Parts: sequence; structure tokens; C-alpha cells
Amino acid sequence: MSEITPSQTVGPFFAYGLTPKGRCQWDPNGSYSWKNTVESNLVTPDASGTRIHIEGTVRDGDGAPINDCMIEIWQADAQGRFASPGTNRALPNTKFKGFGRSATDKQGVYAFDTIKPGSVPGPGGKPQAPHIVVCIFSRGMLRQIYTRLYFDDEPANVSDPILNMVPAERRGTLIAHKQPGADHQYRFDIRVQGGDETVFFDI
Amino acid sequence: MSLIYPKASLDAYPKHLSPGYKSTIKRSPSKPLMIVPHTLSELTGPVYGHDAIQENDNDLTKQHKGEPLGERIVVHGHVLDEDKRPVPNALVELWQANACGRYVHNVDQHPAPLDPNFTGAGRTVTDAKGYYKFITVKPGAYPWGNHHNAWRPNHIHFSVFGHSFLSRLVTQMYFPGDYLFPYDPIFNSVPDEKARARMISTFDLENTVPDWALAFRFDIVLRGREATPLDNDEH
Repeated sequence: MSEITPSQTVGPFFAYGLTPKGRCQWDPNGSYSWKNTVESNLVTPDASGTRIHIEGTVRDGDGAPINDCMIEIWQADAQGRFASPGTNRALPNTKFKGFGRSATDKQGVYAFDTIKPGSVPGPGGKPQAPHIVVCIFSRGMLRQIYTRLYFDDEPANVSDPILNMVPAERRGTLIAHKQPGADHQYRFDIRVQGGDETVFFDI
Repeated sequence: MSLIYPKASLDAYPKHLSPGYKSTIKRSPSKPLMIVPHTLSELTGPVYGHDAIQENDNDLTKQHKGEPLGERIVVHGHVLDEDKRPVPNALVELWQANACGRYVHNVDQHPAPLDPNFTGAGRTVTDAKGYYKFITVKPGAYPWGNHHNAWRPNHIHFSVFGHSFLSRLVTQMYFPGDYLFPYDPIFNSVPDEKARARMISTFDLENTVPDWALAFRFDIVLRGREATPLDNDEH
């Protein structure tokens, strides 16, 4: 049997350690200072590509907003490159890290500002549609849950190898919707449990 | 290069639904999770260097004007992968209650005093040997609302980054010999006794600082083993 360290819940009080300057108001008096390591704004001045805003509500099995949730995202840059030393692919020549973290606020809403990712290789070298890997932590979650965010204005979705493994009737839970009347703003709600439950991945 | 992430390793984790911990009942997926291949997106991950860290970020007793109350302790260890190889340059973040068992978070209204000299948050980056070290005070036990007379064992929350987004780990470090272990549904959500034991730090007399602080060792083992070329590297 493998000997990894087991996961435990992030609990209700992570915000002052992990997202101190985030949306969750853990310190109304502002008397403590602790800077963010990871921001919900991933955009660096030198990053090329389309700047986008992603926002959504996280809901539990009753449809109630989860107001003590932490969302982390990991993505490629606009050219489809990950800022990860683990690959031999050319690293981005920018400061864009592609990693972000947002707590949910009292209404259960998280938000990120980032760059629309480019396509990256998938199984067998076939291209994947632009997507963001999403990881969710919360009180009441003993381990993180992973999902993916795709964009509703990407024609490549129809041939995406991962999306095509998802039953058609649930595929929509992985699609962020461009908001009418707003430039490059996408809505991506997450339903942790229930009839319209988001597809989560066992990876 | 990348690593293989055997899914069987995840058997050491709690189940998503663990009804003894009531909040899991409405916050766990009810449909089966979909099995999909690990792609470049999952097999890569962020790296944070020492520039993310400031002096005293790993010393929770030096973040305010005075010293916090409580039992000063050293918490240290190695971050390793499944083959027990060190994970260098890993960002390790922690947060905890103060010595009275109170968090500074405004949602915590447990009637125990706050300590003006203690926030309870720390971070560091592992060195080339995967080693990390914090100085803090021993957190107190505290009550919570899960069931009648529920108390959490003393613990420190850890957040750790490894080689990829799949090796990401949030866990809790416990202290040896805690009398609250048998009663805690979060600790006991881990089904295997040996796996539960891996969340318990060991008392480390050798690294205790005489006349100053006790020491506890906590090694953290992340998913991922057997370095192999990643198929997609060439594309």
C-alpha cells in the first residue's frame, strides 16, 4: 500500500492563511497583515492574449451558496504553455504563472482575472480545447475535488478528448458561458451535489 | 519528464462522503467521479520560489511586537514523493489556532481569548533536500458544532505543493498521544489506521532546543512516483 499523507479538510478558517487579501472577510477590523502568496488576478503586464474575467457561485446539495470555499485554477498561457518546470516544452517567456486562488465571499461567489488559455496537447498528442483545471477545497470536503472549465465560444470543444468522455447530458456543467453585453466575462457556476451536479474527475 | 500518479495511492484518503463529519453530507459529490486520463494539464503544476517568502514567514512567534503566549515548538520535516524522494522548492503553507484554541478568523466565536501577538499563519519553501522548518506555538484544542461536546484534537493545517497539480495536498498535522483521537470524525475519516498515523507528528527530542522549545517532526508524502518521460513532451 502506498504511503502518501492523507488529505484532510481545509476547514472554515483557511482564509487568513491562504487567501488573506481575498474576497472572504475574515478580519473586518483589518488589524492583521499577511500578504497573499497566490492571487485571484493571474494577469501579468507582459502576458499576451485575451484578458478574461471568470466568476461563479459554488452551491451545495441544497443549492445553498458555500461561503467558505477555496477555488484554485491551473492553466496554460495564451500560447498553450504551462509555467511548469516538469515539462520539456518551452516555458513561457513571461511572468504569467497560470495559477490562481480565490475564496468565495458571503454569497458563495469566487472570481478570477486571467488570460484565455491556448490549446495544449492531450492523450496521444491530440489537441485539447482551451480549458482550465479547477480544484475545489472547502469545509465539509475531506479531500479536494477536481473539475475543468471550458469556454462556450470555443469550436474546438466538439473534438476535445476529455469533454467527449463526459456523457452529453452532463457536458454543459463544464462550460463557462460568455456574458452578454460584457467584454470577455464568463460565468462558471459549480454545483457540488444535486441534480445539476458539476462533473468531477477521479484523477 | 513527469511522474506517474497511481490512483490506488488515493485509497489512503478519506471518502468524500463521511457522514460522521456532518458537513460532508451536503458537500460531497453524489454522482460517480469520472475517470479520465492524466494529461499535460494535470501533470504540470505551479512552482513558487523563495521570492514568494519573506523573512520570518516561517516563524510565527516573530510576526508581532511581542511573543505569543503558549508552548513554543519547532515543527519541521521533509516533503517527499511516493518513492520517498525529496521534493525541493515546494511551497508549504500552514495556519492554526492559538495556544487557547482560538483562530483569528472572525467566524470563530469560540469564547477563548485572541492573542494580539499571534496570527497563526506561516509559509516557507523546502530546500534542495525537501526540508522545511517552522517555529510556532502549540495550538490548543477547541470545541466545534459537529455533535454534542465535539472537540478537535490539537492540529496544524498544512497546504503543500508538489511536482504537479495532482500532488496538491491540504492536510492537518496532529500531535502524538492526543486523547481526542478516538472522538474526532475528521481524523477518523481516514479509513486505514496506518494512514491515520501518517498525519501524526513525532516528538523529536534530538531537535528540541534546550531551554527554549520542544520539537515535532512531520514528514509529508505527496502523490507521484517513478520519473518517466511524458508522452506529450515532444509536441
